[in-house]
Amino acid sequence: MSTAAATPILEVRHAHKRFGAVQALEDVTLEAHRGEVLALLGDNGAGKSTLVKCISGIHALDEGDILLDGEHIALHSSAVARRAGIETVYQDLALFDNLTPAQNFYCGREIAFPSWLPQGLRLLNSKAMERETASVIDRLKVRLPRLDVPVALMSGGQRQAIAVARATVFARKVVLLDEPTAALGVRESRRVLDLIAQLRAEGNAVILITHNMEQVVELADRAVVLRQGRKVGELTPSHANQQSLVSMIVGADA
Amino acid sequence: MVENPDGTAGSVTDRHRLTELSILSLTLRLLSAGPTVILVALIVIISLLTPNFLKPINISNILAQTAVIAIVAIGQHLVILTRGIDLSVGANLALATVVGGLLYRYVDSAALVALAMIATGAAVGAVNGIVYVFGRLPHAFIITLATLSICRGLALELAVGHTTMRGMPDAIGAIGDSGGFGIPNSFFIVFGVVAIVFVMARYVVWGRWIYAVGGKPEAAVQMGIPIRGVLVSVYVISGMCAGIGAVVLAGRTEASSPLYGNLLELDTIAAVIIGGASFLGGRGHIGHALIGAVMIGVIRNALNLLNVNVYFQMIAIGLIIVMAVEADVLRNYLEGRMRVMQAARPH
Repeated sequence: MSTAAATPILEVRHAHKRFGAVQALEDVTLEAHRGEVLALLGDNGAGKSTLVKCISGIHALDEGDILLDGEHIALHSSAVARRAGIETVYQDLALFDNLTPAQNFYCGREIAFPSWLPQGLRLLNSKAMERETASVIDRLKVRLPRLDVPVALMSGGQRQAIAVARATVFARKVVLLDEPTAALGVRESRRVLDLIAQLRAEGNAVILITHNMEQVVELADRAVVLRQGRKVGELTPSHANQQSLVSMIVGADA
Repeated sequence: MVENPDGTAGSVTDRHRLTELSILSLTLRLLSAGPTVILVALIVIISLLTPNFLKPINISNILAQTAVIAIVAIGQHLVILTRGIDLSVGANLALATVVGGLLYRYVDSAALVALAMIATGAAVGAVNGIVYVFGRLPHAFIITLATLSICRGLALELAVGHTTMRGMPDAIGAIGDSGGFGIPNSFFIVFGVVAIVFVMARYVVWGRWIYAVGGKPEAAVQMGIPIRGVLVSVYVISGMCAGIGAVVLAGRTEASSPLYGNLLELDTIAAVIIGGASFLGGRGHIGHALIGAVMIGVIRNALNLLNVNVYFQMIAIGLIIVMAVEADVLRNYLEGRMRVMQAARPH
């Protein structure tokens, strides 16, 4: 990718975050560009999920800045982040078991009318939401048994696909994925990885947390390694440097 | 059950699997239809046992007696949808009737008295919701238990030693009358509350948010839903329903009392759960609350007609609650099985 010269779509500068006695993030700086997959690597407790939660508006940074398209943005809630074009696929998927795929897709940003009422009091346009969801599911070639049943009745892979597809629809700038294939079998992982490649092709900056080195080498254009809340390295992953990447993650000086 | 590691299955296991899948979905469908089936069965059995049961006057009676439980259960069902519970509804209703009764001593206005009762209910609900959410309580159980005690005490204090305060404005007293076909006027109030809450829960964004908050609170936060506002709102509405229930009860008895609504929290929670809503949150609709309320009304009425000791009514309702909750647990287990089957199904 030759986007290094352009303004990064997302920039995190000197991020600090502390939970009580634990320093979760310490002076972390990174940038992500349109049309690239940035792998965020690190051992358990390295601060990956904390960083993702800060970018998606769940946690506020103690210190440091987040810039979107070169401009400062105060992400004090997930609603703000989503409106700004940052989508997140959470590790636990953030799916509502009791709702159908379409209801899950649009939860928190329902298509509703009339527009002069506050969102909470508007009437749901369920037809439009179902139609849109069906077309997206179809476009992404996600296979679901039925669209009118709660997602509680669907398999792990199907649920994961729904969560990723939801991000695909609404992402306009940045997509964060926190271990999207952790609970999946080989075939289901494949499908999710294809979706990630598609998100990149559509011009998003994709930030991917994973423990699977094969996936990193296959998909990631760059990798950033965190250890104990600090950024300890950044490189372009390949089969050749896979081993040094692992050493960086676990902290063994290779 | 044999599953090949590559996800494909031999024709024999495949057939097994399909059979199990259809048995599962049939059982799940039976479970969801359960409360209605049981209600119909109850009505058939009881009408065979006692011919008085299906007489118009008795049906009119059941409707009138069920009205208060039904209205308050509708509020309770919204609270239970969000994984909460409102234990204060009975005491709240008593306090509301006393406030209405006191106001009636000064002004003979049905509108003002009714408004005062509903506002009292809503105010108590607001206290419940606000303390629960902003006081960061682990569960609504605690605050609504506290307001149960506070409301009952306050009602007794305000009534200064009277157990009943006679008198209600004529228009409120008319709620206890019956219109055409022996349909009690309170039935129309139930119908109105049902219609409003049905539309809100089904067709308005806010209703969708209630289901989302109940389905998975953490995800609701992640999806940017104003979860605190949603939670406070359901307690306010539950309180308002208690206030409306107060108007209906005060109207039917043409009196107010600090002792009204005793164990109403139990009846309404039982109605919601018996009707088939889930205690685990996010599942259930207004029909469940209504079916449950009618079921309780029918059981009470039948046991009365059959001259069964009133204590047995309490035991019967308690047993039915246990059965209903077990059915809910079974449903969740079966759905889990179903999910596994779906995953193993060849694509």
